[in-house]
Amino acid sequence: MRIERHPILGQLAEAREITLRVDGRVVKAREGEPIAAALAAAGIRVHRYTAKRSEARGILCAIGQCTDCAMIVNGMANVRTCITPVADGMVVETQRGVGRRSEM
Amino acid sequence: MSVVDVLVVGAGPAGLAAGIEVAKRGGRVCVVDRNLEPGGQLVKQIHKFFGSREHHAGVRGVDIAAQLLEEARALGVTLRLGWEVFAIRPGHAVDIVQAVADDATGGAGDAPTERFDARSVVLAAGAEENALQFEGWTLAGVMGAGAAQTLINVWRVRPGKRVLMVGAGNVGLIVTYQLLQAGVTVAAIIEAAPRIGGYGVHAAKIRRAGVPILTSHTILRAEGVECVEGAVVAQVDGTWCPIEGTERRFDVDVICVAVGLHPNTRLASLAGCRLVFSPALGGWVPLHNAFLETTVPGIYVAGDAAGIEEASTALEEGRLAGIAAYERLRDVDAEGHAEIAAIQRRLDDLRGGPFCGGIRAAKSALQTTGETPCPAT
Repeated sequence: MRIERHPILGQLAEAREITLRVDGRVVKAREGEPIAAALAAAGIRVHRYTAKRSEARGILCAIGQCTDCAMIVNGMANVRTCITPVADGMVVETQRGVGRRSEM
Repeated sequence: MSVVDVLVVGAGPAGLAAGIEVAKRGGRVCVVDRNLEPGGQLVKQIHKFFGSREHHAGVRGVDIAAQLLEEARALGVTLRLGWEVFAIRPGHAVDIVQAVADDATGGAGDAPTERFDARSVVLAAGAEENALQFEGWTLAGVMGAGAAQTLINVWRVRPGKRVLMVGAGNVGLIVTYQLLQAGVTVAAIIEAAPRIGGYGVHAAKIRRAGVPILTSHTILRAEGVECVEGAVVAQVDGTWCPIEGTERRFDVDVICVAVGLHPNTRLASLAGCRLVFSPALGGWVPLHNAFLETTVPGIYVAGDAAGIEEASTALEEGRLAGIAAYERLRDVDAEGHAEIAAIQRRLDDLRGGPFCGGIRAAKSALQTTGETPCPAT
């Protein structure tokens, strides 16, 4: 899903490859990109399930406004994955509901 | 607590321009933005701007952002990136919280906060994309057209394989073209109105690329369990009601919604600024005078947060708000007045184009009488 070549932006710049663990699965990421970008590149579209009806939610605004892309990151809930950059070894989990108190 | 002359919310074109003008005059200014990368939505504008050379015609938005940032940094504008404002208290005490933690896990829990004592505040928090409610509108894969634009142009990731674009205004048309540039198939653009809202030049490029633009069409539903697997559209009659028997299904995994923007008025509302409803400016907008001051003395608005327009007007409004917010602290000299008048003239020019609709009238009515004219229907 990466756009390697682009008619205006040119070749995708080199970036250090790092790895995340997303719900136990290893996902490759480019250093410096938001978590949501790495997930989208890996074809992962569901970020969380709502509290009342357990409905799936994914990226909606991609600029930190709406919180639909919130996930549990390194044990902390409600992290907006569209504005939070990846880090090597980061553990990302699909969030169910609003998160437990221990995750806040 | 930090003391500043002006605290600016938002590091897009309006906010950076405001910061630059304050710093030029020797003021202490801090620009706060929740994104780690400044520039607001300019960073995803990879097309060349229209207009006059004075307003960066022929330059791509992402390059304008880089120029503004360079100028701001050279002038000593303080940028607080990865932080966001959560309270504006009486007397302009502004509380900010870290939105993205340094160890890249933040935004929740005991995120650090800080207080600023600002003598005035410029709200340049931009716009939010309008939502459209239909069956399946919350499925993963239904996203703002602006979101898709961030994915392809900033993140360099495709949002999916096949897109249905809802809305044929300029955003819908431009993002469609940029999706094609990114190697994504766009099945169609649908538009509920009987005609295309955006510029003919954009629509012509889309049509040449073979993407159908279906006017008088609306979306009935998105199909899928968790993620979008298809979309059903139908033609509408003169009263916007779907016509039975005209349903068409598109095999798409992304539905982009490009049905306009509205000013981000959250902080203005929180600060007690009076809001008025102006259809020409995108909805609720903080009432403001010709110097962009709201009904709360010392709180100014600029850019899309003051009414939906273009990046070029946001830049000019940001300059004006920066000067006004800083100069209110002292006597404005003749030079200051001349500069403000020049900006107001340029804004008037920008709003004088044939495609600006009722914006000039709406702005001018808002700024002189505090009332907004009803659009002719």
